[in-house]
Amino acid sequence: MTDTERYDFDVVVIGAGGAGLRAAIEAREKGARTALVCKSLLGKAHTVMAEGGIAAALGSVWPEDSWEVHFRDTMRGGKMLNNWRMAQIHALESPDRVLELEEWGALFDRTPDGRILQRDFGGHRYARLAHVGDRTGLEMIRALQHRAVSIGIDVFMECKIVRLLQDGTGAVNGAVGFWRESGRFLTFGAKAVVLATGGIGKAWKFTTNSWECTGDGMALALWAGADLIDMEAVQFHPTGMVWPPSARGLLVTEGVRGDGGVLKNRDGERFMFNYISPFFAAETAETIEEGDHWYTNKKDFRRPPELLPRDEVARAINSEVKAGRGSPHGGVFLDIASRRTPEEIRRLLPSMYHQFKELADIDITTTPMEVGPTCHYAMGGIRVEADSEATTVAGLYAAGETAGGMHGSNRLGGNSLSDLVVFGRRAGLAAAERALEIPGAPQVSEAQVVDVTRHATSYFDNEGAEDAYAVHRELQETMQALVGIIRIESELLEAKEKLAVLAERASKCAVEGNLQFNPGWHLALDLESMLAVSNCTTLSAIERRESRGGHTRDDYPGFRPEFENVNMITRLVDGEYVVAQEPKPQMPDELAKLFEEGAH
Amino acid sequence: MAIDTGPAPSTAPEPPSDAPPKDLVMHLWRGDASGGRFQEYHVAPQEGEVVLDVVHRIQATQAPDLAVRWNCKAGKCGSCSAEINGRPALMCMTRMSTLPTDQPVTVSPMRAFPIMRDLVTDVSYNFEVAKLIPAFKPGPKDPDGLHRMAQVDIDRGQEFHKCIECFLCQNVCHVIRDHEENKPRYAGPRFFVRLAELEMHPLDTLDRRDYIHEDMGIGYCNITKCCTEVCPEDIHITDNAIIPLKERIVDSRYDPVAWLGRKITGRPTPLRASEARKHTGAAHAQPPAAATPEPGDSA
Amino acid sequence: MSVIEDVPSPAPRPQPIPVRIGAPRAGPSRAVVLRKDPWWAQPLVTGLGLLAFVVYATWAAFRNGHYFVGLDQARNYLSPFYSPCLASNCPSAVRWGPITPAGSGFSPALIILIFPLAFRLTCYYYRKTYYRAFWLSPPACAVADAGSTSTKPNAFRKRYTGETRFPLVLQNIHRYTWYFTCIFAVLLTYDAIEAFRFPGGIGMGVGTLILVANSVLIWAYQLGCHACRHLSGGNLKKFSKAPARRWIWTNLTTPLNKHHQLFAWLSLMTIVVSDLYIYLVSSGAFSDPRIF
Repeated sequence: MTDTERYDFDVVVIGAGGAGLRAAIEAREKGARTALVCKSLLGKAHTVMAEGGIAAALGSVWPEDSWEVHFRDTMRGGKMLNNWRMAQIHALESPDRVLELEEWGALFDRTPDGRILQRDFGGHRYARLAHVGDRTGLEMIRALQHRAVSIGIDVFMECKIVRLLQDGTGAVNGAVGFWRESGRFLTFGAKAVVLATGGIGKAWKFTTNSWECTGDGMALALWAGADLIDMEAVQFHPTGMVWPPSARGLLVTEGVRGDGGVLKNRDGERFMFNYISPFFAAETAETIEEGDHWYTNKKDFRRPPELLPRDEVARAINSEVKAGRGSPHGGVFLDIASRRTPEEIRRLLPSMYHQFKELADIDITTTPMEVGPTCHYAMGGIRVEADSEATTVAGLYAAGETAGGMHGSNRLGGNSLSDLVVFGRRAGLAAAERALEIPGAPQVSEAQVVDVTRHATSYFDNEGAEDAYAVHRELQETMQALVGIIRIESELLEAKEKLAVLAERASKCAVEGNLQFNPGWHLALDLESMLAVSNCTTLSAIERRESRGGHTRDDYPGFRPEFENVNMITRLVDGEYVVAQEPKPQMPDELAKLFEEGAH
Repeated sequence: MAIDTGPAPSTAPEPPSDAPPKDLVMHLWRGDASGGRFQEYHVAPQEGEVVLDVVHRIQATQAPDLAVRWNCKAGKCGSCSAEINGRPALMCMTRMSTLPTDQPVTVSPMRAFPIMRDLVTDVSYNFEVAKLIPAFKPGPKDPDGLHRMAQVDIDRGQEFHKCIECFLCQNVCHVIRDHEENKPRYAGPRFFVRLAELEMHPLDTLDRRDYIHEDMGIGYCNITKCCTEVCPEDIHITDNAIIPLKERIVDSRYDPVAWLGRKITGRPTPLRASEARKHTGAAHAQPPAAATPEPGDSA
Repeated sequence: MSVIEDVPSPAPRPQPIPVRIGAPRAGPSRAVVLRKDPWWAQPLVTGLGLLAFVVYATWAAFRNGHYFVGLDQARNYLSPFYSPCLASNCPSAVRWGPITPAGSGFSPALIILIFPLAFRLTCYYYRKTYYRAFWLSPPACAVADAGSTSTKPNAFRKRYTGETRFPLVLQNIHRYTWYFTCIFAVLLTYDAIEAFRFPGGIGMGVGTLILVANSVLIWAYQLGCHACRHLSGGNLKKFSKAPARRWIWTNLTTPLNKHHQLFAWLSLMTIVVSDLYIYLVSSGAFSDPRIF
C-alpha cells in the first residue's frame, strides 16, 4: 500500500490556477526545478470562471488613476481590515503583471489608440479592469498556461495532495498525494512548497465555485501548523443565477452592472438608492440622473449605488427579498436589456448571453435576469508575510485566494485576478530563493509517508452506511443556513456543534469500489479539508462580534471599535481548532494620509 | 456491446396525466481498460436540469464510484465532455429538455481517447501536443513600454481564445478518432486553432508555417468540419483557423508565384521547421533530478 | 529574461508526438453508431444532389448543340457550359471563335469545363461534401470512417493519409483554379450583359433574367471562396495597416464566405437551369417570353 512514486524538485507548487501557474513560472525562470500539481486537468482551474476583469491602475482610460487611488479603493472596499502592505504591493505591481500577460499572448480588449481597455466595476473609482469581454479569467489562465508549458515546467495533473511533509524542525520538505486516475500514491520531496489551491466555496450550497474549491491549501497549512487569518470574511456575490434550480448560484458577472445594468425589485424600483451606507454616501450618487451621468463623466458625477462594493449590494438584495419585494424565483431583477442595445450586450457580455440562453432559455437582450447572492470568495486564508508570501511555517508559501489578508473583510471585483499574478509571482520568487539556498536533495521521512497513505486509504476499510455525498450535502446545508450571508451567535454555535458531528461522521465514510478514479473516495478526502476550514470560518465568525464587509452579524450590526484593529487568527493547537484575536499591522503615516483627504 | 436492461420494462399502460412524470432512463457507460458496458439507471426528472445534473444525482444516490470529470458546471472549463446520444457535447450545457425522453439517453465517454474509467478518458495526447506548439514570440515594445494593438487586429485571435479546451473537436476528428496511428504526427483541430491564433497575432514574430506542415500534420485534415459542428464555443474552427492555415501553407510551399515574389522582393523565406522547433515546451524540458535514494527503501 | 530562453540545437526532423497507441478505447466500439438522429440524411441528400449534377453535366457537355439562342430566334443567349463560345457554329454576334473546325463534332464544353470543374473539385466546401458523401470519410460526425473499423490490419481504406499525398495533395492548387475561373466569371457576366441585346436594341426576356441571376450567383460563389478570402486580406497579420484590404475582407469576402455552401449550391443550380432553359428554347420546346 505504501508503494509510492517519488519525485524530487526544488519547488513544488500545489494548485494550477492563476496564482499557482504564476508562482511556478517565476520559480522556473529563477532556475529552480519546479513541479506544478493540480487536482484537475491543466487549465481547468476555477480561475477560468472569472469573468469581469483584472484590476490594475494602468490609467489607459482614466489617466487620473494611480496606484494610490487603487490602494485606497481596495482598503476602503475591505473596510480597512486589509493587510496594508499587501494592498500596497498589489496596487503597485498589478499594472506590470497585466502587461506581462500581454507579453505572453493575452489579448485584452483595446482602446481606440491601441492600449488596454478598462471597464467599470463596483468600488473602483475609475474604470480599471482590463478585460476580454466577460471571459477574462480564461484569457489569463491560457496565457499563463501556455507560458508554463513553453518553459517546460513539469505538470502533475489530476493529482490530489493529501498532506504536507515536514522535517524535524517543522519546515515543509515535501508532500504526499495520489493520482486520481489510478489511486497510486506519489511523494514529492521539495525544498519549498507553494500553496495556491483557491477557496472553500464548495462548503456552501449555493456557490459560484467549482468542485475543486474545497479549501485544500488552507487545510494543508493548518495541519502543518500554519495560521489562518480572518476566515469569517466570506464574500457572497450579489448576482448569481437563481433559476433554474440546477444553475442556482452560477455567477452573473459584475460586468453587467459595470456596463450599465441596474437592479430592480418586483415593483420595478431601483432599490439600491435606499441602501447607501454612510461609509460610502459621500462617493455615491443620490439620484438616478446623477448615477446615469457617471458612466460618461466620472469627474463631475458620483457612481450609481449598483456599483457599491459587493457586500453592500448582496445585503441589499437579501433585504429586498426578505421584505417580499423579490422576483418570482426568490431573487431580484438585473436589467441590462433596457439599458443597452442587443448588439452591445452580445459584444460586451457574450458568455452571459450564452449562459442564460443555454441554461435558462432567457434572452438577456430582451428580458431582465433574475439574480440573488451566492457564495463566491474567501477573503480570509493562510496568514502570510506580505512581501514574500511566507506562511508561519518554514518552507511553506501561499498565494491567491488560499492566502488571506490582502482583501480585508471584502474584496473588490477584479482585485482577485490581479492578486493571483502579483502574489503568485512573489511566492514563486521567494520559494525559489529559499530552494536555491538549500544544498542537496530533500530528505523526506518514510514514516510520515506511510502514515499519510494509511490514513488516506483507511476509508476503504470503513464499514457501515455513512456516505460522503450525504455528509457533503449536510455540510453545505449547514453552512448555507447557519454561516451564510447574515449570521447570529445562536446559529453559529449550532453550526459549530453540527460541524463536530459531521466531522465524526465523515471519518466513518465507507467508500465503495477501488482506488481507480473513485469520486466517492476523493470526496471523502476533500471533506477533511472542507470540515477543517469550515470550522475555522465558524470560530472566527463567532469571535468577530461586529458586522464588517463580508461578515454580517444580525446581533451586532455595524462596525465596533474594539474589532477595528484586530485580525481573527485560527490555528490547530493540540488537535483542536482555536481562534485568537491579534492586532493587525498598522500602516505608515504617509499611506494613512490618503484616507484623510476626503472622499476623493 | 452489452446493454444491461436493468429492471424489466414495464408493460403497464401509460400512467394518467396527473401522475408524477415518468422516470428518466439513462444508459451510462461503466467500465475500464478491461471492458465495459452501458448500465441502465432510472431517476426522477427535475425542472431545468442538464445531463450533468442527472449524472451527479445518479452518482450521489446509486453509483458513488461512477467516474465523471467535471469542474465548473457552467460551460466555462470544458471538463465534462462526453457523447450524449452519440453526439459529442458538454454534459453541463446539454439540457435534458432538448433530448427525446421516450427512449433512454445514452452517455458514453469520448471514444477517440483511451479509457480511464466510466466516463473519464485519458486525454494526455492533447497535453503532449501542447508541449510541441512553438510559443508566442512578441516583437519589441513601444518606447513607453507598452504594446499597442488595434482591436481590429485582435478580433480574429479573440475568437480563438474562447476555446475552453474541452477536446470535443479532437474527439470527433476522424483523422485520429478512426485512424489512431495518425496521432503521433497530427496535432488536431484544437491545436490548429491555437496555431492560427499565434500566426494571426499582430505582435508575433515567429513563422510557424513549415512547422505546421511538417510537424503538426495539417495535411491530414480533410476539412469535413465535424470539429466546427461540435464546438461548444461556436468557434468556426474550419473556416477561420484550419483553412486559413492551409492557405498560409500554400503561400509558403505550394505557390510558385509567391515563391517568385519572395525571390524578387527579397521578403523573408518561410522559417524552417527546425527553427520553430526551438521554441516549443518540449525543447525546454527541465533536466531530470539528480538521482536520489528511494525514501528509506522500506517496508 | 532567465535561464530558459534559447535552445541550442533543435531536432532536425519532426519528432513523433509521444502518445500511447493501441490502448483500450473509451466507450463502445466505434463500429456502433450511437447517434439517434437521422445522421445519414445529409450525406445522402448532398451526394444525390452532386450525382444529379454530374449526370446532367455529362449529358450537357457531350450534347454539343442547342447551347445558344441566337439572333435567328431574336435572342442572344449562350449557355454557361459553352462560354466562351469557341466553336465555329457560334452565333456570329457573339464572341471569340471559331477555334474548333466546323463540323468536327468535338464539343467545346469538354475544354471549357475543365476549369470550373477543377475549381469546384478543389473547393473547400465541395471537398467536405464529397469526402463525406462519397468517400464516407467520415459519413457524418462521430460515425466511423468506412473501412476504419475493420479488424484486419491491412484492410482496404484502413489507413488514412488525408491530403498529404498524391493525388489529394493537389487540392493545394485551389487558388490557381480560382485565378482561372475569375476569367470565366467575367465571361459569364459579359454573356449576361449580351443577353440584353435584342434585335433593334435593348430588351429583356426570361432567359436574360436567368443568365443575370447565374452570373450574380457565380460571383457570390467566386468571391466567397476561401482562397479568395485569404488573398483578399486573410493573409494579413495587421488589418490596421491595410485599410482597403481590411474593408474588402470584412465587408465582402468574409460575409460571402460565411454562405459559401449556399452559393455553391445555388450557382450550381443556376448553371443547370441556364443551360436547360437555353436548350429547351433553342430546340423549340417553347419560346422565350419577352418582358420588354
